[in-house]
Amino acid sequence: MAQNLTKSGDIYVPQIATLVRKERLTELETFFEIQLESNQPLGHRPGQFVMVSLPGLGEAPISVSSRPVGNTFELVVRRIGRLTTAMHRMEVGDKLGIRGPFGTDFPVNTFRGQDVLFICGGIGLVPVRGAILEVLANRAAYGHVAILYGTRGPSERLFVDDLARWKAREDVTFLETVDRGSDAWDGNVGVITTLIPKIEIAPERTAVVVCGPPIMYKFVLMELYQQNVPKENIYVSLERRMKCGVGKCGHCQINGLYTCLDGPVFRYADVSDVREAI
Amino acid sequence: MSITKLNETALQSWVDRLIGQHQVYGVKAKGDRFAFGPLDDAAELRLDYDVTILPPKKYFLPQSQELLKFSRRGAYQPVGEPAPFVLFGVHPYDVVAIAQMDEVFSKDNHDRHYMQRREKAVIVACDVQKASPNVFAACMGTATVQEGFDVLLTRIGDDYLADARTPKGEALLQRIEGGADPDPASLARREQLWQDLNRFLMRHELKCAPAKLPGVLDQQEEHPIWKKRAERCYSCGSCNLVCPTCYCFDVQDEVDWDLENGRRVRRWDGCMLAEFALVAGGHNFRATRAARYRHRYYRKGKYLWDRMGQIACVGCGRCVTACTADIANPVEVFNTLLEDR
Repeated sequence: MAQNLTKSGDIYVPQIATLVRKERLTELETFFEIQLESNQPLGHRPGQFVMVSLPGLGEAPISVSSRPVGNTFELVVRRIGRLTTAMHRMEVGDKLGIRGPFGTDFPVNTFRGQDVLFICGGIGLVPVRGAILEVLANRAAYGHVAILYGTRGPSERLFVDDLARWKAREDVTFLETVDRGSDAWDGNVGVITTLIPKIEIAPERTAVVVCGPPIMYKFVLMELYQQNVPKENIYVSLERRMKCGVGKCGHCQINGLYTCLDGPVFRYADVSDVREAI
Repeated sequence: MSITKLNETALQSWVDRLIGQHQVYGVKAKGDRFAFGPLDDAAELRLDYDVTILPPKKYFLPQSQELLKFSRRGAYQPVGEPAPFVLFGVHPYDVVAIAQMDEVFSKDNHDRHYMQRREKAVIVACDVQKASPNVFAACMGTATVQEGFDVLLTRIGDDYLADARTPKGEALLQRIEGGADPDPASLARREQLWQDLNRFLMRHELKCAPAKLPGVLDQQEEHPIWKKRAERCYSCGSCNLVCPTCYCFDVQDEVDWDLENGRRVRRWDGCMLAEFALVAGGHNFRATRAARYRHRYYRKGKYLWDRMGQIACVGCGRCVTACTADIANPVEVFNTLLEDR
């Protein structure tokens, strides 16, 4: 649901927002901290997305990567098209349009009392980061917490400060791997599925969050199946090219589901039999 | 609400009076076919049409519709309200299609661009006088309608019955001069006509009730029909464009020549076009023609049913006529699946 409608009551008119901090994370990905002109919190939940708008360049759906605290929010954007390239050229103080937040979230509050396992590949860490931070902020409410992160190479690791913090924490199991190492890399090398057997999973009391490129899902979900994790306990975040974000334009349809309304976060049990979903 | 009987002359002068006071769109001849367009003169109106090339959805969801204005500095201005208009001569199957689209654009995030046009419109429906080459409305339960319009016109012999069903329709009827109270015989003939339309307005026969279609489609994703028929598909999207229940759109920004101002515009799009399900990074979730073809029929017969209780095919037959490859007939698809169950 659109929670932040402008005064016009028009679901397509963005709110004005300001870029307050910008930081390059990798060659392709840049971090943006954004403040709405109303100075109100975005009001999102971890896993939701916003439509980012630049006049003349259009809009694109972008996941929110921050926890829902404070009156700013954070995005990480890969430079891939016209709009995202223009975003990368923005400077602090520049304006952009924001609609949303839209879509479903990772229901971390319902994970309380359970173990939580996060499995993220590459840019898939972006939508999940808010959920990880939310769980860690209420660490005592959860059982064992494990984070598995894989990237193609060491230079593509996102949020390196967060990664270091998670690695240092004794109450978090943090494992990382890269598909291809480098001279400076002394960590694991291999695809992310190789990390799963290294941790102990109590299938019946573990909530699993999976997010990554389409190819990753297949193998990770297969491995989780091997580990007897029920589909009901697994949450995935799916990507589609939304044009409207509000359930009208039809572009993000996965069979009868709309990624913008029913997703982007789905319970795996609800999409495992849906063609074209994963 | 009231019913008025009027002859051809009274109808013409009524329409001319409306044209003098409102923007009126109605059905006109276009070559040897028909199309909705602005009416300048009642003589242009062709209520004896069989089907229009494009459905009247273009007045509520225009082919190109401005959503907002922007300036390069980043200000976004909502667009103003649309002007009121009268839409004259909408066939019952199109009335049903409009009612379905109303659900889509009013539920789950109110779309003011569509809904304001709907609220500003007065719809004068018209019972079908001539069957189009591919109509199958009778099997879809859309050959006649009793709601979803403001006035319903029915031709009875040389006269018309104008039946107002809403206050807006009633107000329109007030402007008729030379009308008469309907006689019982005309009303009886209208009942008979509705019965006949409901039985006979079909050139193709769907061999099950429309409500059975979700079941007919269930678990048939691997049926050979999708691949076989899609081999001839040109991915041209004509079936999407002419479909009264297709509403998918793309959104693009247009910038003025001075590079200062512009507008965000939505345009009709279609799931049969190759790039419709493309995502950032180049992955296409429906890369094959068969996947797109199957998606279209599932959306018509199952997905929208599961979501909103609608069978999103009203039997107008436009897609059958528009398809160059002759693969778009929903009745052929659904009957084949039905036989093979």
